[in-house]
Amino acid sequence: MQLNNADRELIDKIEELSGENVFSCYQCGKCSAGCPFTEEMDLLPNQVIRKVQMGDVSVLQSETPWICASCLSCEVDCPKGNNVPAIMEAIREISLRENVDKVELKDLKTRGLPEIALVSNFRKKTS
Amino acid sequence: MKEVAYYPGCSLKDTAKGFEDSAIQVSSDLGVRLKEIDRWNCCGTVYSLTDDNLMKQLGPIRNMIRARDEGFDQLYTLCSMCDNTLKRSNYLIQNDDDKRDKINNFMDQENDYSGEIEVKHYLQLLRDELGWERVREQVSNPLEGINVAPYYGCMLTRPKEIGLADPHNPTVFDELIESLGGTPVDFPYESECCGSYNTVDNQEVVLEKTRTITGGATRSGADLIITACPLCQFNLDTRQAELLKATPNHDPVPVIYFTQLMAVAFDRPRVNKFEEHAIDPRKVLKIENKVASKR
Repeated sequence: MQLNNADRELIDKIEELSGENVFSCYQCGKCSAGCPFTEEMDLLPNQVIRKVQMGDVSVLQSETPWICASCLSCEVDCPKGNNVPAIMEAIREISLRENVDKVELKDLKTRGLPEIALVSNFRKKTS
Repeated sequence: MKEVAYYPGCSLKDTAKGFEDSAIQVSSDLGVRLKEIDRWNCCGTVYSLTDDNLMKQLGPIRNMIRARDEGFDQLYTLCSMCDNTLKRSNYLIQNDDDKRDKINNFMDQENDYSGEIEVKHYLQLLRDELGWERVREQVSNPLEGINVAPYYGCMLTRPKEIGLADPHNPTVFDELIESLGGTPVDFPYESECCGSYNTVDNQEVVLEKTRTITGGATRSGADLIITACPLCQFNLDTRQAELLKATPNHDPVPVIYFTQLMAVAFDRPRVNKFEEHAIDPRKVLKIENKVASKR
Protein backbone atom coordinates (compact mmCIF):
# COMPACT_ATOMS: atom_id res chain seq x y z
CA MET A 1 0.00 0.00 0.00
CA GLN A 2 0.99 3.59 -0.59
CA LEU A 3 0.99 6.15 2.23
CA ASN A 4 -0.10 9.69 1.34
CA ASN A 5 1.06 12.86 3.08
CA ALA A 6 -1.84 12.90 5.55
CA ASP A 7 -1.02 9.34 6.63
CA ARG A 8 2.62 10.29 7.04
CA GLU A 9 1.68 13.19 9.31
CA LEU A 10 0.38 10.91 12.06
CA ILE A 11 3.29 8.50 11.69
CA ASP A 12 5.87 11.31 11.81
CA LYS A 13 4.27 12.82 14.90
CA ILE A 14 4.18 9.50 16.76
CA GLU A 15 7.75 8.70 15.81
CA GLU A 16 8.85 12.14 16.97
CA LEU A 17 7.09 11.86 20.33
CA SER A 18 8.04 8.24 21.04
CA GLY A 19 11.48 8.08 19.50
CA GLU A 20 10.42 4.73 18.02
CA ASN A 21 10.35 3.47 14.43
CA VAL A 22 6.79 2.17 14.14
CA PHE A 23 7.65 0.09 11.07
CA SER A 24 10.04 -1.97 13.12
CA CYS A 25 6.96 -3.90 14.34
CA TYR A 26 6.25 -7.06 12.27
CA GLN A 27 2.91 -7.78 13.92
CA CYS A 28 3.82 -10.97 15.77
CA GLY A 29 1.24 -10.14 18.45
CA LYS A 30 3.46 -10.95 21.42
CA CYS A 31 2.65 -7.58 23.04
CA SER A 32 -1.06 -8.42 22.95
CA ALA A 33 -0.48 -11.98 24.14
CA GLY A 34 1.19 -10.74 27.31
CA CYS A 35 -0.83 -7.57 27.93
CA PRO A 36 -2.82 -7.92 31.18
CA PHE A 37 -5.53 -5.47 30.06
CA THR A 38 -6.65 -6.70 26.63
CA GLU A 39 -10.11 -7.62 27.95
CA GLU A 40 -10.75 -3.95 28.67
CA MET A 41 -9.33 -2.64 25.40
CA ASP A 42 -11.17 -1.80 22.17
CA LEU A 43 -8.02 -2.44 20.11
CA LEU A 44 -5.27 -4.91 20.93
CA PRO A 45 -1.83 -3.33 21.37
CA ASN A 46 -0.57 -4.81 18.08
CA GLN A 47 -3.69 -3.47 16.32
CA VAL A 48 -2.90 0.00 17.66
CA ILE A 49 0.59 -0.28 16.16
CA ARG A 50 -0.86 -1.53 12.86
CA LYS A 51 -3.21 1.43 12.63
CA VAL A 52 -0.30 3.76 13.29
CA GLN A 53 1.71 2.02 10.56
CA MET A 54 -1.16 2.77 8.15
CA GLY A 55 -1.41 6.37 9.33
CA ASP A 56 -5.01 5.71 10.44
CA VAL A 57 -6.02 8.68 12.63
CA SER A 58 -8.97 6.73 14.08
CA VAL A 59 -6.38 5.26 16.44
CA LEU A 60 -6.50 8.58 18.31
CA GLN A 61 -10.07 7.76 19.40
CA SER A 62 -9.17 4.35 20.80
CA GLU A 63 -9.53 3.69 24.55
CA THR A 64 -6.56 1.32 24.54
CA PRO A 65 -3.80 3.90 25.16
CA TRP A 66 -5.74 5.19 28.19
CA ILE A 67 -6.05 1.75 29.73
CA CYS A 68 -2.38 0.97 29.11
CA ALA A 69 -0.65 1.66 32.44
CA SER A 70 2.91 1.49 31.03
CA CYS A 71 3.53 -1.74 32.93
CA LEU A 72 6.12 -2.64 30.28
CA SER A 73 5.07 -6.28 29.99
CA CYS A 74 5.03 -5.84 26.18
CA GLU A 75 8.30 -3.94 26.20
CA VAL A 76 10.25 -6.79 27.82
CA ASP A 77 8.49 -9.34 25.60
CA CYS A 78 8.89 -7.62 22.20
CA PRO A 79 11.28 -9.64 20.01
CA LYS A 80 12.15 -6.48 18.05
CA GLY A 81 12.88 -4.47 21.19
CA ASN A 82 10.16 -1.97 20.36
CA ASN A 83 8.96 0.31 23.10
CA VAL A 84 5.21 -0.16 22.70
CA PRO A 85 4.36 1.85 25.87
CA ALA A 86 6.18 4.86 24.35
CA ILE A 87 3.92 4.63 21.27
CA MET A 88 0.87 4.46 23.58
CA GLU A 89 2.17 7.52 25.40
CA ALA A 90 2.68 9.36 22.10
CA ILE A 91 -0.97 8.71 21.20
CA ARG A 92 -2.09 10.00 24.60
CA GLU A 93 0.13 13.05 24.24
CA ILE A 94 -1.34 13.99 20.85
CA SER A 95 -4.73 14.38 22.58
CA LEU A 96 -3.37 15.94 25.77
CA ARG A 97 -1.41 18.56 23.84
CA GLU A 98 -4.69 19.71 22.30
CA ASN A 99 -5.54 20.67 25.89
CA VAL A 100 -7.98 17.81 26.27
CA ASP A 101 -7.93 16.16 29.69
CA LYS A 102 -8.92 12.51 29.93
CA VAL A 103 -9.88 12.81 33.59
CA GLU A 104 -11.64 15.74 35.23
CA LEU A 105 -10.95 16.30 38.89
CA LYS A 106 -14.54 17.32 39.58
CA ASP A 107 -15.83 13.96 38.34
CA LEU A 108 -13.60 11.92 40.61
CA LYS A 109 -14.06 10.54 44.06
CA THR A 110 -10.55 11.20 45.34
CA ARG A 111 -11.29 10.61 49.01
CA GLY A 112 -9.10 7.89 50.44
CA LEU A 113 -6.92 7.66 47.35
CA PRO A 114 -3.18 7.78 48.03
CA GLU A 115 -1.14 10.59 46.45
CA ILE A 116 0.89 8.07 44.47
CA ALA A 117 -2.31 7.12 42.59
CA LEU A 118 -3.43 10.70 42.01
CA VAL A 119 -0.06 12.03 40.87
CA SER A 120 0.54 9.17 38.45
CA ASN A 121 -3.00 9.31 37.07
CA PHE A 122 -2.90 13.04 36.47
CA ARG A 123 0.54 12.83 34.89
CA LYS A 124 -0.71 10.31 32.37
CA LYS A 125 -4.24 11.59 31.79
CA THR A 126 -4.21 15.37 32.08
CA SER A 127 -2.53 17.98 29.93
CA MET B 1 26.83 1.66 61.89
CA LYS B 2 26.80 1.83 58.08
CA GLU B 3 24.98 4.88 56.74
CA VAL B 4 23.27 5.04 53.36
CA ALA B 5 21.41 7.87 51.62
CA TYR B 6 17.69 7.19 51.50
CA TYR B 7 14.94 8.67 49.35
CA PRO B 8 11.49 8.00 50.85
CA GLY B 9 9.00 9.53 48.38
CA CYS B 10 5.46 10.63 49.22
CA SER B 11 3.72 7.37 50.12
CA LEU B 12 6.20 6.33 52.78
CA LYS B 13 5.37 9.48 54.71
CA ASP B 14 1.64 8.88 54.53
CA THR B 15 -0.35 5.87 53.33
CA ALA B 16 2.68 3.56 53.47
CA LYS B 17 4.05 4.72 56.83
CA GLY B 18 4.28 1.11 57.98
CA PHE B 19 6.63 0.51 55.04
CA GLU B 20 9.04 3.24 56.15
CA ASP B 21 8.83 2.51 59.87
CA SER B 22 9.48 -1.19 59.36
CA ALA B 23 12.37 -0.46 56.96
CA ILE B 24 14.03 1.89 59.45
CA GLN B 25 13.60 -0.67 62.23
CA VAL B 26 14.95 -3.68 60.33
CA SER B 27 17.81 -1.59 58.94
CA SER B 28 18.80 -0.61 62.43
CA ASP B 29 18.68 -4.29 63.45
CA LEU B 30 20.98 -5.02 60.50
CA GLY B 31 23.38 -2.25 61.47
CA VAL B 32 22.40 0.21 58.74
CA ARG B 33 21.19 3.77 59.22
CA LEU B 34 18.92 5.15 56.51
CA LYS B 35 19.89 8.81 56.17
CA GLU B 36 16.95 10.61 54.61
CA ILE B 37 18.34 13.12 52.11
CA ASP B 38 17.47 16.77 52.76
CA ARG B 39 15.08 18.68 50.53
CA TRP B 40 13.95 15.71 48.50
CA ASN B 41 11.06 16.26 46.10
CA CYS B 42 8.48 14.13 44.28
CA CYS B 43 9.96 11.65 41.79
CA GLY B 44 6.98 12.15 39.48
CA THR B 45 5.79 8.57 40.15
CA VAL B 46 5.65 7.60 36.46
CA TYR B 47 8.58 7.92 34.08
CA SER B 48 7.90 10.10 31.07
CA LEU B 49 8.02 8.12 27.83
CA THR B 50 7.80 11.20 25.64
CA ASP B 51 11.03 11.87 23.84
CA ASP B 52 10.71 15.64 23.48
CA ASN B 53 9.64 16.66 26.99
CA LEU B 54 12.61 16.75 29.33
CA MET B 55 10.84 18.82 31.98
CA LYS B 56 9.51 15.68 33.64
CA GLN B 57 13.05 14.41 34.18
CA LEU B 58 13.94 17.31 36.47
CA GLY B 59 12.16 16.02 39.57
CA PRO B 60 14.00 12.70 39.78
CA ILE B 61 17.33 14.23 38.73
CA ARG B 62 17.18 16.88 41.45
CA ASN B 63 16.95 14.11 44.05
CA MET B 64 20.13 12.51 42.73
CA ILE B 65 21.82 15.91 42.89
CA ARG B 66 20.76 16.35 46.53
CA ALA B 67 22.27 12.97 47.44
CA ARG B 68 25.50 13.78 45.59
CA ASP B 69 25.78 17.20 47.23
CA GLU B 70 25.50 15.53 50.65
CA GLY B 71 28.54 13.48 49.77
CA PHE B 72 26.96 10.15 48.88
CA ASP B 73 27.65 8.05 45.79
CA GLN B 74 24.61 5.81 46.18
CA LEU B 75 20.94 6.57 46.79
CA TYR B 76 18.55 3.94 48.15
CA THR B 77 14.82 3.71 47.52
CA LEU B 78 12.05 1.56 49.00
CA CYS B 79 9.01 2.42 46.87
CA SER B 80 9.28 0.59 43.57
CA MET B 81 7.73 3.47 41.60
CA CYS B 82 10.30 5.93 42.96
CA ASP B 83 13.00 3.37 42.30
CA ASN B 84 11.85 3.09 38.69
CA THR B 85 11.63 6.82 37.89
CA LEU B 86 14.92 7.65 39.62
CA LYS B 87 16.80 4.81 37.93
CA ARG B 88 15.40 5.56 34.49
CA SER B 89 16.13 9.28 34.67
CA ASN B 90 19.62 8.41 35.85
CA TYR B 91 20.00 5.97 32.95
CA LEU B 92 18.93 8.70 30.53
CA ILE B 93 21.49 11.12 31.93
CA GLN B 94 24.22 8.49 31.77
CA ASN B 95 23.48 7.41 28.22
CA ASP B 96 22.23 10.43 26.29
CA ASP B 97 24.78 13.26 26.17
CA ASP B 98 22.53 15.56 24.21
CA LYS B 99 19.63 15.35 26.67
CA ARG B 100 22.00 15.54 29.62
CA ASP B 101 23.39 18.83 28.31
CA LYS B 102 19.93 20.25 27.71
CA ILE B 103 18.81 19.33 31.24
CA ASN B 104 21.96 20.76 32.80
CA ASN B 105 21.61 23.96 30.81
CA PHE B 106 18.08 24.35 32.08
CA MET B 107 18.85 23.82 35.77
CA ASP B 108 20.74 26.91 36.87
CA GLN B 109 20.57 26.53 40.65
CA GLU B 110 22.27 23.14 40.76
CA ASN B 111 25.73 22.07 39.73
CA ASP B 112 25.77 19.94 36.59
CA TYR B 113 24.83 16.30 36.99
CA SER B 114 26.13 13.50 34.80
CA GLY B 115 24.86 10.39 36.54
CA GLU B 116 27.46 10.07 39.32
CA ILE B 117 24.93 8.66 41.78
CA GLU B 118 24.11 4.98 41.71
CA VAL B 119 20.41 4.51 42.48
CA LYS B 120 19.66 1.26 44.26
CA HIS B 121 16.61 -0.38 45.71
CA TYR B 122 16.66 -1.50 49.33
CA LEU B 123 16.38 -5.11 48.13
CA GLN B 124 19.76 -4.63 46.46
CA LEU B 125 21.20 -3.54 49.80
CA LEU B 126 19.91 -6.75 51.37
CA ARG B 127 20.90 -9.07 48.54
CA ASP B 128 24.12 -7.54 47.22
CA GLU B 129 25.65 -5.56 50.09
CA LEU B 130 24.58 -7.29 53.31
CA GLY B 131 23.74 -10.74 51.97
CA TRP B 132 20.99 -13.16 53.00
CA GLU B 133 23.14 -14.74 55.71
CA ARG B 134 23.19 -11.43 57.59
CA VAL B 135 19.40 -11.24 57.31
CA ARG B 136 19.08 -14.82 58.53
CA GLU B 137 21.15 -14.04 61.62
CA GLN B 138 18.62 -11.41 62.75
CA VAL B 139 15.62 -13.73 62.57
CA SER B 140 14.30 -14.42 66.05
CA ASN B 141 10.77 -15.34 65.02
CA PRO B 142 11.16 -17.57 61.94
CA LEU B 143 8.09 -17.63 59.70
CA GLU B 144 7.74 -21.40 59.89
CA GLY B 145 4.83 -22.82 57.95
CA ILE B 146 3.84 -19.44 56.50
CA ASN B 147 3.37 -19.47 52.73
CA VAL B 148 4.24 -16.13 51.18
CA ALA B 149 3.47 -15.11 47.59
CA PRO B 150 6.15 -12.79 46.18
CA TYR B 151 4.44 -10.09 44.14
CA TYR B 152 6.97 -8.15 42.08
CA GLY B 153 4.51 -6.12 40.02
CA CYS B 154 5.90 -4.06 37.13
CA MET B 155 8.33 -1.48 38.31
CA LEU B 156 10.96 -3.51 40.20
CA THR B 157 12.03 -5.60 37.25
CA ARG B 158 11.09 -3.63 34.13
CA PRO B 159 12.57 -2.37 31.89
CA LYS B 160 15.62 -4.63 31.65
CA GLU B 161 18.11 -1.74 31.68
CA ILE B 162 17.29 -0.83 35.26
CA GLY B 163 15.44 -3.86 36.68
CA LEU B 164 16.98 -5.45 39.75
CA ALA B 165 16.12 -9.00 38.64
CA ASP B 166 15.32 -11.04 35.54
CA PRO B 167 11.96 -9.60 34.37
CA HIS B 168 10.70 -13.05 33.41
CA ASN B 169 11.91 -14.95 36.43
CA PRO B 170 12.72 -12.73 39.40
CA THR B 171 13.86 -14.49 42.58
CA VAL B 172 14.91 -11.76 45.04
CA PHE B 173 11.68 -11.91 47.07
CA ASP B 174 11.81 -15.71 47.13
CA GLU B 175 15.35 -15.53 48.54
CA LEU B 176 14.22 -13.04 51.18
CA ILE B 177 11.23 -15.17 52.24
CA GLU B 178 13.47 -18.22 52.61
CA SER B 179 15.96 -16.21 54.68
CA LEU B 180 13.13 -15.29 57.05
CA GLY B 181 12.16 -18.94 57.50
CA GLY B 182 8.99 -18.73 55.40
CA THR B 183 8.00 -20.63 52.30
CA PRO B 184 7.86 -18.78 48.97
CA VAL B 185 4.85 -19.70 46.88
CA ASP B 186 5.17 -19.92 43.13
CA PHE B 187 2.12 -18.20 41.66
CA PRO B 188 1.17 -17.21 38.12
CA TYR B 189 0.69 -13.46 38.56
CA GLU B 190 3.87 -12.43 40.34
CA SER B 191 4.78 -9.83 37.68
CA GLU B 192 1.32 -8.91 36.41
CA CYS B 193 0.28 -5.25 36.63
CA CYS B 194 -2.37 -4.48 39.29
CA GLY B 195 -3.95 -1.74 37.14
CA SER B 196 -1.84 0.97 38.73
CA TYR B 197 -3.21 4.53 38.56
CA ASN B 198 -6.37 3.37 36.79
CA THR B 199 -7.59 2.99 40.38
CA VAL B 200 -8.45 6.73 40.22
CA ASP B 201 -10.78 6.82 37.20
CA ASN B 202 -11.31 3.20 36.12
CA GLN B 203 -11.72 1.13 39.25
CA GLU B 204 -13.30 -1.77 37.39
CA VAL B 205 -9.96 -2.55 35.77
CA VAL B 206 -8.23 -2.62 39.15
CA LEU B 207 -10.98 -4.68 40.79
CA GLU B 208 -10.65 -7.28 38.04
CA LYS B 209 -6.85 -7.39 38.40
CA THR B 210 -7.18 -7.62 42.18
CA ARG B 211 -9.48 -10.59 41.74
CA THR B 212 -7.02 -12.28 39.39
CA ILE B 213 -3.84 -11.61 41.37
CA THR B 214 -5.12 -12.29 44.89
CA GLY B 215 -7.18 -15.27 43.68
CA GLY B 216 -4.12 -16.68 41.92
CA ALA B 217 -2.10 -16.33 45.11
CA THR B 218 -4.62 -18.05 47.39
CA ARG B 219 -5.24 -20.87 44.91
CA SER B 220 -1.47 -21.45 44.96
CA GLY B 221 -1.65 -21.81 48.75
CA ALA B 222 -0.44 -18.36 49.81
CA ASP B 223 -1.24 -17.07 53.31
CA LEU B 224 -0.17 -13.57 52.37
CA ILE B 225 1.36 -11.49 49.58
CA ILE B 226 4.43 -9.24 49.81
CA THR B 227 5.14 -6.21 47.66
CA ALA B 228 7.49 -3.21 47.41
CA CYS B 229 4.97 -0.88 45.79
CA PRO B 230 2.63 1.41 47.75
CA LEU B 231 0.24 1.60 44.81
CA CYS B 232 0.08 -2.18 44.39
CA GLN B 233 -0.43 -2.50 48.15
CA PHE B 234 -3.25 0.03 48.10
CA ASN B 235 -4.92 -1.57 45.10
CA LEU B 236 -4.64 -5.19 46.19
CA ASP B 237 -5.53 -4.48 49.82
CA THR B 238 -8.19 -1.76 49.68
CA ARG B 239 -9.83 -2.92 46.46
CA GLN B 240 -9.87 -6.46 47.81
CA ALA B 241 -12.02 -5.24 50.69
CA GLU B 242 -14.45 -3.85 48.09
CA LEU B 243 -14.28 -7.09 46.15
CA LEU B 244 -15.25 -8.93 49.33
CA LYS B 245 -18.41 -6.84 49.68
CA ALA B 246 -19.47 -7.69 46.13
CA THR B 247 -18.23 -11.29 46.21
CA PRO B 248 -18.54 -12.69 49.75
CA ASN B 249 -17.03 -16.04 48.74
CA HIS B 250 -13.77 -14.35 47.75
CA ASP B 251 -10.96 -15.77 49.88
CA PRO B 252 -9.14 -12.71 51.30
CA VAL B 253 -5.37 -12.62 51.46
CA PRO B 254 -3.39 -9.90 53.30
CA VAL B 255 -0.96 -7.78 51.26
CA ILE B 256 2.03 -6.38 53.16
CA TYR B 257 5.40 -4.76 52.42
CA PHE B 258 8.46 -6.99 52.39
CA THR B 259 10.02 -4.92 55.21
CA GLN B 260 6.93 -5.57 57.35
CA LEU B 261 7.48 -9.29 56.85
CA MET B 262 11.10 -8.79 57.93
CA ALA B 263 9.95 -6.88 61.03
CA VAL B 264 7.72 -9.81 61.98
CA ALA B 265 10.61 -12.26 61.57
CA PHE B 266 12.87 -9.94 63.56
CA ASP B 267 10.15 -9.91 66.27
CA ARG B 268 9.37 -6.21 65.82
CA PRO B 269 5.71 -6.46 64.78
CA ARG B 270 4.54 -3.20 66.34
CA VAL B 271 6.31 -0.94 63.83
CA ASN B 272 4.18 -2.37 61.04
CA LYS B 273 0.93 -0.48 61.62
CA PHE B 274 -0.98 -3.58 60.52
CA GLU B 275 -4.12 -2.10 62.10
CA GLU B 276 -4.29 0.25 59.10
CA HIS B 277 -4.56 -2.58 56.57
CA ALA B 278 -7.93 -3.40 55.03
CA ILE B 279 -7.20 -7.15 55.15
CA ASP B 280 -5.63 -7.73 58.56
CA PRO B 281 -2.43 -9.80 58.29
CA ARG B 282 -1.96 -10.40 62.02
CA LYS B 283 -3.83 -13.66 62.22
CA VAL B 284 -1.89 -15.44 59.46
CA LEU B 285 1.35 -14.09 60.89
CA LYS B 286 0.37 -15.39 64.35
CA ILE B 287 1.13 -12.09 66.08
CA GLU B 288 -2.30 -11.19 67.43
CA ASN B 289 -1.51 -11.75 71.07
CA LYS B 290 2.16 -10.97 70.83
CA VAL B 291 1.61 -7.31 70.07
CA ALA B 292 0.36 -6.52 73.56
CA SER B 293 2.98 -8.51 75.42
CA LYS B 294 6.14 -7.88 73.44
CA ARG B 295 8.16 -4.86 72.30
